[in-house]
Amino acid sequence: MRDKRTTLDEAVGELRSGMTIGIGGWGSRRKPMAFIRALLRTDITDLTVVTYGGPDLGLLCSAGKVRKAYYGFVSLDSPPFYDPWFARARTSGAIEAREMDEGMLKCGLEAAAARLPFLPIRAGLGSDVMNFWGDELRTVTSPYPDSNGQVETVVAMPALRLDAAFVHLNLGDAHGNAAYTGVDPYFDDLFCMAADRRYLSVERVVSTEELVKSVPPQSLLLNRMMVDAVVEAPNGAHFTLGANDYERDEKFQRHYVESAKDAATWQEFVEQYLSGGEDDYQAAVRRFAQEGTR
Amino acid sequence: MTTTTDTTRAEICAVACAEIFSGAGEIMASPMATLPSIGARLAKLTTEPDLLLSDGEALLMAETPALGDKGAIEGWIPFRKVFDVVASGRRHVVMGANQIDRYGNQNLSAFGPLQHPTRQMFGSRGAPGNTINHATSYWVPKHSSRVFCEQVDIVCGVGYDKIDPSNPAFRYLHIHRVVTNLGVFDFGGPGHTMRALSLHPGVTADEVAANTSFEIAGLHEAEPTRYPTDEELRLIREVIDPRGIRNREVPQ
Repeated sequence: MRDKRTTLDEAVGELRSGMTIGIGGWGSRRKPMAFIRALLRTDITDLTVVTYGGPDLGLLCSAGKVRKAYYGFVSLDSPPFYDPWFARARTSGAIEAREMDEGMLKCGLEAAAARLPFLPIRAGLGSDVMNFWGDELRTVTSPYPDSNGQVETVVAMPALRLDAAFVHLNLGDAHGNAAYTGVDPYFDDLFCMAADRRYLSVERVVSTEELVKSVPPQSLLLNRMMVDAVVEAPNGAHFTLGANDYERDEKFQRHYVESAKDAATWQEFVEQYLSGGEDDYQAAVRRFAQEGTR
Repeated sequence: MTTTTDTTRAEICAVACAEIFSGAGEIMASPMATLPSIGARLAKLTTEPDLLLSDGEALLMAETPALGDKGAIEGWIPFRKVFDVVASGRRHVVMGANQIDRYGNQNLSAFGPLQHPTRQMFGSRGAPGNTINHATSYWVPKHSSRVFCEQVDIVCGVGYDKIDPSNPAFRYLHIHRVVTNLGVFDFGGPGHTMRALSLHPGVTADEVAANTSFEIAGLHEAEPTRYPTDEELRLIREVIDPRGIRNREVPQ
């Protein structure tokens, strides 16, 4: 079986500007942040991003890499809740928004995963979601009348086909089998199934034998068919929560938000945390935590 | 029956939030803020024992612990399964709102133009799917004319004037209640417009009118919201919210 292990930088090196990428996790929960930081180190830009958004989308917006965003929400999940960089990209009109209901995003990934052009869904009808999308979102009328002879017209959610998907799980092997250890798989399997290239980071790479002994079979969310590249990235979801491996780093997330307030503090944040490799980031984050406990 | 002297506004709101779920039966209650959470737990501990409540993340609670505490669980409800519940209709959500208009359109997304907002909030979240699929209520801790406005900037939660009567896909839309720090409302006014059901003790019709951008039906006929029973007060103060978190959301 193929050894799919690679590095963060080699993985994102396969990407091209203009691609549509899906980002797993949810809000500020188990986001593939190490991959996002690797993307920030490249000159890739003009991205279309599909996500249950959190600081992943925020960081990409901070570097001007997003042209268009498909999202159900963008939230940091704890105060101040609204991501400052996403907010700035929106209020400056820098990104085109395809805002939708949260359930529509799942539906669009399921359509792509099943290679269908669309799936019908009730959510979106009557709301401004229709206006966010314009002609890009249409309705479909049922060929089957209901018992009163009336026909239902619902949203035809288009497939959210992805050039690439990035997800972060807790445990995996070198071949792409992987498991989550917390209470929620989120939608990481769907992101992988909707994508042409699938990039997985895990807290720990272990043998297949150890992987399947460590978790119940139901937690084995990804199999080899769903993954092209595996990167071992301990603390790779930081500062979002990493399920059973670690909690959200609330203090650092607040620091991220406060740093976004003006150009000087953001420059300092970039220099401290985003100007080196992943190891430099993790070392700086450890220093930040220690400073707080002194 | 407890009366006026020591009951707080937050406690009256808690009971009004509990009554959102009267007759709900065996469905998932999804309160999105402190007072609705107290209300849902109060309903479960009194008249609605069959309600399903999650811990706000992915576990269904078998017990009804105090806010912020953990108890025994009875099941699993990760986000992807929540969307299945939404589509099934077996749910009653109580959302917040940055704006609500007279027909019940709600906004929690952003202010200003869709593609160039003046202020960004959450985006539409699950509001379009919630409102089109199952009972939805709203909780507004600070009733003001900025929230209750003529027209919402972005329609996230669908209001009654958006219904296409020829399309049965809209048949599940039901906005059940709006509870605020001033009173209890529904959309039973003329043409499904906002109507006052009760005003909290001490709140006047003029106060509500001054804090709402549109006319509310039945405002001058509204009765006072009822006080909690002794048992309800005990449950709120000793069992559900012993730390008094409710007073942060609704100051006395």
